[in-house]
Amino acid sequence: MTTEQKNDRGKLVVNDSECKGCGLCVEACPVKCIGISDQLNHFGYKTAQYEGARCTGCGICFMVCPEPGALTVWRLVTHHEVVVA
Amino acid sequence: MSSVSFPEYEVAFGRPDSYYEKYERKNELSHATHYCPGCGHGTAHKMLAEAIDGLAIKDRTVLISPVGCSVFAYYYFDVGNVQAAHGRAPAVATAMKRSHPGSIVISYQGDGDLAAIGMAEIIHAANRGESITVIFINNGIYSMTGGQVAPTTLIGMKSMTTPHGRSVENEGYPLHICELLATLEAPVYIERVGLGDNKQIAQATKAVRKAIDNQVKGLGFSIVEILSPCPTIWKMNAVDSQHWVRDVMEKTFPLGVFCDKTKEAQPHAPHPAAPALTELPKILGIEDEPELEHATKPRKIDIDLHVRVAGFGGQGVLLLGEILAQAGLDAGLHVSWLPSYGPEMRSGTSNCHVRVSSESIDSPLVTLPDVLVAMNEPSLRKFDDSVRPGGWVLYNGDEFPADCYRPDVKVLALPFTKVAHEIGDARAANMVMLGALLEIAEDLPQDAIDQALRQLVKTPKWVELDTRALLRGRELFREKCAVEV
Ligand SMILES: Cc1ncc(C[n+]2csc(CCOP(=O)(O)OP(=O)(O)O)c2C)c(N)n1
Ligand code: SF4
Ligand code: SF4
Ligand code: SF4
Repeated sequence: MTTEQKNDRGKLVVNDSECKGCGLCVEACPVKCIGISDQLNHFGYKTAQYEGARCTGCGICFMVCPEPGALTVWRLVTHHEVVVA
Repeated sequence: MSSVSFPEYEVAFGRPDSYYEKYERKNELSHATHYCPGCGHGTAHKMLAEAIDGLAIKDRTVLISPVGCSVFAYYYFDVGNVQAAHGRAPAVATAMKRSHPGSIVISYQGDGDLAAIGMAEIIHAANRGESITVIFINNGIYSMTGGQVAPTTLIGMKSMTTPHGRSVENEGYPLHICELLATLEAPVYIERVGLGDNKQIAQATKAVRKAIDNQVKGLGFSIVEILSPCPTIWKMNAVDSQHWVRDVMEKTFPLGVFCDKTKEAQPHAPHPAAPALTELPKILGIEDEPELEHATKPRKIDIDLHVRVAGFGGQGVLLLGEILAQAGLDAGLHVSWLPSYGPEMRSGTSNCHVRVSSESIDSPLVTLPDVLVAMNEPSLRKFDDSVRPGGWVLYNGDEFPADCYRPDVKVLALPFTKVAHEIGDARAANMVMLGALLEIAEDLPQDAIDQALRQLVKTPKWVELDTRALLRGRELFREKCAVEV
């Protein structure tokens, strides 16, 4: 299989046991790729969720978020070439 | 054979290292802060943590937490932590920085903490140009206590204590801390930033880092005021309160740099570190004094002595009590010494309460003395009634006033001042009386008395005279009271 589709430059991971659902990241994300989930976490907050695509890895959501570890932003480094027999 | 390409990602932004991995305050909050959703304190903490990580100073940073919603900041930052009394963070930071010049000291304060109760501390720390960094969170209100008016509350803004809105007539104008501090000569860097939108947050992040970096470079006092949302007390959702900072709060508190001498400021020579404890005797010029033995050598003494010493100021009333207490301390006993005098240092009456006991002391007050040392008649009249039945009165006078006589109390009345005069100096009357007292408190070892005397009496001439006075007092007591004891 070939991988022709372009990979996103970034990826957001929400730790929903630390998120308090304030929505500041949703407001802050320039490309609007964060939403609020319908699920309640153990505190009873509806947490942020990554919409799954378009993250640029800019880190703005991370700096806005008041919780230390609720968000982790990953950034694309390289493409690995793996030879498959 | 074919080749597959897959992407590799790495963490670009994640929990900064300078946070603890686990917060020990409460089990259910071991990975989340105690702040409300959307609280500006959390965002400001993030900036602080990023700056500490970025400057690689975690191992030498000391954070001073305030009183206010951020009182528990020390649960989150894996740095040195001190929690200061309300408003006192800059004073604590000063002490910390001066005693540990190599450390990076950050005073973190709210607007109630800094601009109300702690106004004096911040002005003086800034004016002294202390090499500290202050992060000042201005949310315009006392949040932790439920929303009382703060010096920074906006005109017209409702609070628990300004239910109709802050009015200039009642509460005055909002205090502009940055502008005030910028009138001082010493500060190096003063900036006000906000958490009102992405742009403001980016600028705030830079300012916090710069304020700390200034300290790393040894440049002097830096403060960043952060206009910060408090959704809970403001009764808004997180996003609205963020925008309120930008759209409303900023009108009263304009953002910007109010002082920046970062370029021209010369690195401060750090204040010399505090001397080691062991060097203190030399510095104080008391190195020749005998080693204090204190409680290191407890002796088996069974004693519970309550003494009241009273006389005119200047008669040595307090010193008598002090020597007695110090001797007890040197003998490994529990002691208390409570002086009580008016504003007069050299006239008027003074008295002190002394307790010396083998057991710990419940109260330093002596209301039922075993021994009353009355150095003059007014003192005798004042305290005679309080002496415990079976106790003693040592009275400085030729004759014991007949109307003070109590059948249940033993008395030694002698002209102690005259005796002291005869052996060299009338001022040693207190020591003659102490000598007599020591015959009653016979369990107190003489070597502890001698040691206390050498510690508290400064000149050899007086040590010698007082030693003789003590001895004379002991002799007199034995001569006059041998039968009773
Ligand atoms: C000596 C003293 N006085 C008063 C208080 C009560 N008190 C606790 S927090 C606080 C105000 C805090 O307001 P601020 O500094 O603005 O911090 P915030 O809670 O808004 O973050 C007060 C008055 C106290 N704890 N100690
Ligand atoms: S900013 Fe943080 S706490 Fe708020 S919703 Fe986003 S992830 Fe959750
Ligand atoms: S890193 Fe930037 S693009 Fe990605 S989710 Fe966060 S704010 Fe949006
Ligand atoms: S009351 Fe306000 S300042 Fe305090 S934690 Fe909640 S949002 Fe933050």
